[in-house]
Amino acid sequence: MTPVAPIRPRGPWRLASERIGRDRAAIAAIATILLAALVAVAAPLFAALTGHGPAEQFIETGLSSNGIPVGPGHEFWLGCDGLGRDVLVRVVYGARISLLVGVLASLLAVVCGAVVGVSAAWYGGTLDALLSRLMDAVLSLPYLLLALALAALVGPSTGISVVVIAFFNWAAVGRVLRGEVLAIREREYVQAARALGAGHARIMFVEILPVVAPTAIVYATLLIPSSIGFEATLSFLGLGVPPPTPSWGNMLADAMAYYKVAWWLLLFPGAALLAITLAFNVLGDSVRDVFDPRFERSVARARGGAA
Amino acid sequence: MIGLVLRRAGGGALVVWLVASAVFVCYFAVPHDVARLIAGKQASERTVAAVRARLELDRPVAVQYLHFMGRLARGDLGVSFVTQDSVRAVIVRDLPVTASLALGAAALWLSAGLLAGVVAATRPRSRLDRAITTVALFFYSMPPFLLGQLLLFFCFYRLYLAGVELFPPGSYVPLTESPLQWARFLALPWLTIALANGATYARLTRSAMLDAFGEDYIRTARSKGISERRVVLRHALRSSLAPIVTQFGIDLGTLLGGAIVTEVVFGLPGLGREVVQAITRQDLPVIIGVTIFGSALVVTANVAVDLCYALLDPRLRRR
Repeated sequence: MTPVAPIRPRGPWRLASERIGRDRAAIAAIATILLAALVAVAAPLFAALTGHGPAEQFIETGLSSNGIPVGPGHEFWLGCDGLGRDVLVRVVYGARISLLVGVLASLLAVVCGAVVGVSAAWYGGTLDALLSRLMDAVLSLPYLLLALALAALVGPSTGISVVVIAFFNWAAVGRVLRGEVLAIREREYVQAARALGAGHARIMFVEILPVVAPTAIVYATLLIPSSIGFEATLSFLGLGVPPPTPSWGNMLADAMAYYKVAWWLLLFPGAALLAITLAFNVLGDSVRDVFDPRFERSVARARGGAA
Repeated sequence: MIGLVLRRAGGGALVVWLVASAVFVCYFAVPHDVARLIAGKQASERTVAAVRARLELDRPVAVQYLHFMGRLARGDLGVSFVTQDSVRAVIVRDLPVTASLALGAAALWLSAGLLAGVVAATRPRSRLDRAITTVALFFYSMPPFLLGQLLLFFCFYRLYLAGVELFPPGSYVPLTESPLQWARFLALPWLTIALANGATYARLTRSAMLDAFGEDYIRTARSKGISERRVVLRHALRSSLAPIVTQFGIDLGTLLGGAIVTEVVFGLPGLGREVVQAITRQDLPVIIGVTIFGSALVVTANVAVDLCYALLDPRLRRR
């Protein structure tokens, strides 16, 4: 008799991580994100290495005699901006702002969305009607216009940016999770938990939350790049991260005045911004495919039909 | 059908009222001295008091609120602190620019996005599908203000240096003055919005179509021997239009209230740039007026979307 190797059980999370591991685009995206995170953490190292602070001005060496910023070279690897500041050091510090605001705003939006969406669907009735109308109303607002008005009123700051971005994103998450919970709240196993005497909180956290967690994760991953873009847009318009703190958005706003003489002001922060949003979107798409086998199936069926 | 229209319109009016109230609370009820803001830092106490009296800021908040809402109901959005123009006149002046930008771009992104999405969905996993998906993801990830700056750099400045003056930089010529110049000046801004939004629509169309292809009624349609072209266009695309129509309503409504980023990058004198300038000048009535106007547009667009649903899906008409 040949010994049979024990088959290890593979849960949904394990399956998901295995599938991600086979997706080359996802691996590249994760590598890009880790690199950006590493660079962001090591930002002071770049400042020490070059000897240039993120807000430090080098009027003598960074600007030519007629005030034009100096291009990439030995002293300033990625050139200088219009105030004689080191673009490399500022791009590196900008990564901190982008990642921090992007991740915090997305987490806040997903947590608020989950709380509202799950409780609306679970309790139903008047609460559901009220919360659903609220979500519809938030979703039907011209968000950038209102975000600008709000930031202008309270005075722009990094914290306000996080709150504003989360405020305009939670409703989308809430609506999707509400739909999912509505579908599972009548399932037998939930009924069984109820019959066994489990309370509302226990059912929501133990029975429902793990089931909707993949959706929440997919949303969080896809919200990060859009939040990073939102922050950059607010900063670009002068209502996000206030100067002199470098953010890719306010650096690109500075680039507007110099685009004819200093392409590096546009290229480097722009490339950094595009690389990070692209990486998160690629990762988000592949996380969604991994958690949503239905999608894979519909692709296969469509293919069979069209052939 | 009429009941549906009335219910949706009522809901829309409610949202506009909520936005207007929220704006009122933000600007008039929070403790910062609006009269001092208008009169300027150097103004004497008497001037500030006069401004306060003229704007009724010395009256109780409830009275101010009723007056604010009363003026709003008559379409009176107040007067700019800076230029003394009525906000309604400002909107009437700037709207043609924004509308030219939004409607032109909408035509481009809707046709390009739908076409790309349908082509990709009917050939899943093919080389063409991969190419479309990749390009769509690229422009979907690019913030529009960055895309606008890149287009300005390459399509205006680099071409200009090379001696080709195809696209002029930021300015605006009314359609009534010269249709050709109008289109030339708007070409790059149109392209900016169309690429950014078209990418979203291509992604949306592709995934909605793939979902539809998995449905039983598509199999039924195919087994009846209907041509593939008809299956794709009449059966799959029609049922995939719902999420696209929703998105389109919100996007068009939002843009008509000010294509903020594109107008700023290309220096177009539309509603969006007006708001950004009003914010730097602390011109509260303009900010408030355009915000309420923009919200009303989005809400109107949403009501229109609901009516489109009823047209697309006969089941909804009976409710």
